[in-house]
Amino acid sequence: MTTLLQSMKRIWPVRRASETVESRKPAERLRQVAPPIDIAPDDPIVAYFLSAPGAVEVEKLHLDSPALQALRAAGVTLAIPLVSQGELVGLLNLGPRLSEQDYSPDDRGLLNTLATQAAPAVRVAQLVREQQAEARTRERIEQEMRIARIIQQTLLPQELPQLDGWQLGAYYQPARAVGGDFYDFLQFDDGRLGLVIGDVTDKGVPAALVMATTRSMLRTAAQHGDSPGEVLERANNLLCPDIPPKMFVTCLYAILDPATGHLQYANAGHDLPYVSHNGASTELRATGMPLGLMPDMHYEEKEMDMAAGDTLLLYSDGLVEAHNPDRDMFSFPRLMSLVGKYGDSGALIEYLLNELRSFTGIGWEQEDDVTLVTLQHTGDGHMNNRTDANQTMDEGWRVLDTWPIPSAPGNERDAMRHVEATVRELGLPEKRIERLKTAVAEATMNAMEHGNQYREDVPVEVTVMSSAHQVAVRIRDSGGGQPVPTQSQTPDLEAKLAEEQTPRGWGLFLIRNLVDELRVSSDAHHHTVELIMSREEEDDDNQSA
Amino acid sequence: MTTRALEAYVRHKKPRVAVIDLHGEINGFAEETLNNAYAEAETEQPDVILLNFANVDYINSTGIALIVTLLAKARKSHVRLYSCGLSEHYVEIFNITRLADFMSVFPDEASALADPAIATEGK
Repeated sequence: MTTLLQSMKRIWPVRRASETVESRKPAERLRQVAPPIDIAPDDPIVAYFLSAPGAVEVEKLHLDSPALQALRAAGVTLAIPLVSQGELVGLLNLGPRLSEQDYSPDDRGLLNTLATQAAPAVRVAQLVREQQAEARTRERIEQEMRIARIIQQTLLPQELPQLDGWQLGAYYQPARAVGGDFYDFLQFDDGRLGLVIGDVTDKGVPAALVMATTRSMLRTAAQHGDSPGEVLERANNLLCPDIPPKMFVTCLYAILDPATGHLQYANAGHDLPYVSHNGASTELRATGMPLGLMPDMHYEEKEMDMAAGDTLLLYSDGLVEAHNPDRDMFSFPRLMSLVGKYGDSGALIEYLLNELRSFTGIGWEQEDDVTLVTLQHTGDGHMNNRTDANQTMDEGWRVLDTWPIPSAPGNERDAMRHVEATVRELGLPEKRIERLKTAVAEATMNAMEHGNQYREDVPVEVTVMSSAHQVAVRIRDSGGGQPVPTQSQTPDLEAKLAEEQTPRGWGLFLIRNLVDELRVSSDAHHHTVELIMSREEEDDDNQSA
Repeated sequence: MTTRALEAYVRHKKPRVAVIDLHGEINGFAEETLNNAYAEAETEQPDVILLNFANVDYINSTGIALIVTLLAKARKSHVRLYSCGLSEHYVEIFNITRLADFMSVFPDEASALADPAIATEGK
């Protein structure tokens, strides 16, 4: 209302009460504009104007009203309320007539008619102005979120470390209002690996900036390879003086010795990690206050040994606090149970995201960032998630060829032909070539459709590698943060034939049945599938399946 | 894109047996052709519809889904769906997906038509 009143007063000539008519020339009087007058919503004059039938003579009012005093002080003698849909949207304020005569009944009638017609137009103008202001606010917030997203994604690891006998996976999906999740990997000269996951309170740019600061401080604190508790203690002391009030950071820091599977960890108030071991899951408990709350905190240190087949899951609360349409939470017990059920088949992230999708249903609006980091002890020491596919790989892996496939329906046939031509020279049995071709086709289709949304300008990268005993095809799309939907269960053909289920859903099932090993990993930018097959002839190569 | 569009030709063989000869690829693009051919095969109310895959060189997971749809239709209308001419690899795929449990798989058209069930009905 204030804005409108101010604008309205600018167009009506009024005389200041402190000035006399005689003291000014007519031309000066014409130029006079009343000063802005604020009317508080609870001022009694508002109720009076709403009930007034038309023009109101200000001098005749007897109200205990600051606005009335202001009107009088501004020289307003006649006020005509502008009322739209029962709401006072403005006033037409007039000073004395230049003729110094009273306003006539005709004048009042004309002003009342004018007010009746002007009020809706004024209301529309107010709404337009409010909407413009809201749009500017929204745009500013969106811009801030874009900046926050850029800060976070720039600072998250672009590649996963490669460790013989270990497989790392990471997934990060920011919410629309970007939170402060982060994860990091620190590789030490002695071969040990530091794993960090954290979550900054708050959202947007402030959270992203604190995340960036915390990440730097942790890296500084950890550079000498000290124990996790010491590192968190040092990072906390570095962070405390600078962190904005009411903000803090939960953080878990673990150090893995890949040679022995020994894992040390300390926790600054972050969600407890889980370890999947022999079909059961265990919480890794260690106590400690979040970073940035108060200096000189002590962080309890714990340790464990990871055996072959064990998988460590680090995660943020965006997963466990996701809600379904009934407002039930995904919850810690559900997550712990899923980690236990999952076993060690190599794609825990994908499995959990499928479970999350099933839980939240279609149209879920993600409330918070979802971050998952997995560390699996594969125990076999062979191929990991390298991204530099043009180099000779560890363990005797050699890149035979790599090429892009434009993401368009049907282009999986090109991937099949290219892979066939490349692996034929390896002397792979015919039956295995056919299996590999079909698996490649299905994985490429998934990558083109789900990873790259069939955007032709976003190619799928296909790489063929071989070692002495195996051949591998890596298919990578740009679907980081948007994982490929998968079907982890055996399709129920009876249900499909009874039309109780969609007839589709065969892709991943076929892949799993056609290759010796399927590996899936994601990071913020890519989704990668690796199809691994023995080069050696096996008994079933000569038998009909 | 380097796909080979599916072509389908329907032959009505023997009393109450229709053969659908398929040529090309069975993928997402094949849906209309496959469904039209199946509808045409059904017009003479056959007891058996034989899908002849001898000239099919590619079936992907979407194609499998299309075949599942045909099989569901056939079961609903009490028509037996047979297949023949599959390559060794696609016989394996039919076994993996268990399609072979629900539709008889023959090496070729002659052996399919010689199936005692068809031979009996044809008499």
